[in-house]
Amino acid sequence: MPSKLDTAQAMSSKPTKPNNPFKNSRVSILNKVMPILLFLCAIVSIFTTVGIVITLLSETITFFQSIPFFDFLFGTKWSALIEPKQFGILPLLTGTLLITSIAIGVALPIGLASAIYLSEYAPDKVRRVVKPILEVLAGVPTIVYGYFAISIITPVIQFIFPSAGVYNALSAGIAVGIMIIPMICSLSEDAMRAVPRSLRDGAFALGATRFEVALKIVVPAAFSGIVSSAVLAFSRALGETMIVTLAAGSTPTLTLNPLDSIQTMTAYIVQVSLGDIAHGSVEYGSIFAVGMTLFVFTFLLNLLAQYISRRFREEY
Amino acid sequence: MNIFQDANRRQISNRRLKDQWLHIIFLLATSFGIIALTVLIIDIVIDGWSNLSPDLFTNFPSRKAEDAGMKSGLIGSLYIMLILIPLSFILGVGAAIYLEEYAPKNRLTSLIQLNISTLAGVPSIVYGILGLALFVRMLGLQKSLISGALTMTLLVLPVIIVAAQEAIRAVPRSRRDASFALGATKWQTVSRSVLPSAMPGILTGVILAVSRAIGETAPLIIVGASTYVAFLPQSLTDAFTAMPIQIYNWISRPSVAFKDLGASAIIILLAILILLNISAVMIRNRYQKNL
Repeated sequence: MPSKLDTAQAMSSKPTKPNNPFKNSRVSILNKVMPILLFLCAIVSIFTTVGIVITLLSETITFFQSIPFFDFLFGTKWSALIEPKQFGILPLLTGTLLITSIAIGVALPIGLASAIYLSEYAPDKVRRVVKPILEVLAGVPTIVYGYFAISIITPVIQFIFPSAGVYNALSAGIAVGIMIIPMICSLSEDAMRAVPRSLRDGAFALGATRFEVALKIVVPAAFSGIVSSAVLAFSRALGETMIVTLAAGSTPTLTLNPLDSIQTMTAYIVQVSLGDIAHGSVEYGSIFAVGMTLFVFTFLLNLLAQYISRRFREEY
Repeated sequence: MNIFQDANRRQISNRRLKDQWLHIIFLLATSFGIIALTVLIIDIVIDGWSNLSPDLFTNFPSRKAEDAGMKSGLIGSLYIMLILIPLSFILGVGAAIYLEEYAPKNRLTSLIQLNISTLAGVPSIVYGILGLALFVRMLGLQKSLISGALTMTLLVLPVIIVAAQEAIRAVPRSRRDASFALGATKWQTVSRSVLPSAMPGILTGVILAVSRAIGETAPLIIVGASTYVAFLPQSLTDAFTAMPIQIYNWISRPSVAFKDLGASAIIILLAILILLNISAVMIRNRYQKNL
């Protein structure tokens, strides 16, 4: 990055010499003040993170003064709003993981197959039409997916499995899955398209079919990108709130049956926030404890995704 | 020899067949997303079209579905945007300029950069919790319009910073050099040469971030947007509601009439989002040619 800009900067700093008539003019003051102001803008993001960590930590610590840490982590019953109050996070955790697994189960095969199609099979014309449509899908607010889940997916599920409740994990999980398809698809497609043409040409020259090229050349070469897209989508599904609030119910039960009504961590936070809770009560603290759990999970997953895409990237 | 050739030929035709089948499967998978989007839109239009009326814009929420409107939600969302857009624009573009033009290559800079990409992955509900603790309680702003708007600003900031950084990075070095060669200071170069040519890209990013904020529901529920507000906020510290909150309130009720009303409100929300996205695409196309 050296020469050009540096000389330019050296030249630009010339006018600040003592005999320069512009010395204390608006121009030179602005030139000195603006970098500081801009730095302050940039530092807001650090304050946001620090703010998140401090607020979550301080309220969570207060919460753990009334609820023992081990009861929270290993308790199998969560009833925060009904006596006798119990705060075992396992039901919320399994609920969240159930939704997330269903979502990934739907989105990973479909997203990956779409990515392979768009990057390896689709003619340019088709790609130019399909990609924007998938972007639209990514821009639909989650509340709309929630409506979709309760008005279309749930009735279909109830038709197929009459035992399914009005609120069930499967419906919400499928809707979350549809929501994260574009994310998996576009991130993996980017990774696949970054694989150099020459690798494909080599395989084609050996007589490989397009499917063989896709499966044995492109996917392995883009593997780090694909895995990190899946991890990011997983973290996105963990934090998804409105779909699960609307479609999955609000009964924290320790179950792995996708037809049952469950409650996720995010849905619990919403449920408590909708009621009027006193500041400083155990319920108020429980929002932060649950939020902290969620934050830690998503934070670790995001770091993992960044690590995977950096560490295992194939350089060509 | 013949047996080998036959086997070979069979193997090749098997492989070709497999390729064709998988081509169809991949195509079907791709169309799944498109079909889902189509079904979603058709469903919403069928449920909501008949309820679309001016009442929806002019009436306050009501206990009776036929009288209910979302005036307070629309205006609430509008006010939030009026606070959020200038604030997040200044902070986001400022941060992007700092990182791209001024920041020295040191630990702090890479920490800020890493931090921004991490913040972009934090679930929106966690921002809501931050807003609840920081704005609502600590700063004593209560469950008010300003608490909601500030929370949403923090939420969209990382998105805007990343978009603005990309736009600024795309400005060719030659523009900066030309400006410096004319004797311009660093700030004159940035403000009069770099920023104007990065502006279309920045605006596109801001519009996309704003359209994300308009549909965002969870953080506003956490900072205490009310679900029933039959007045317009008169000051920054008044109680408020927003479009998605109103929609949530309607569609979470068991009554079909309210669900359909929710669908009508979703049509309006989606129409606003489509308009925003079209304008983003238009800005991008228009100025891409001029560069």
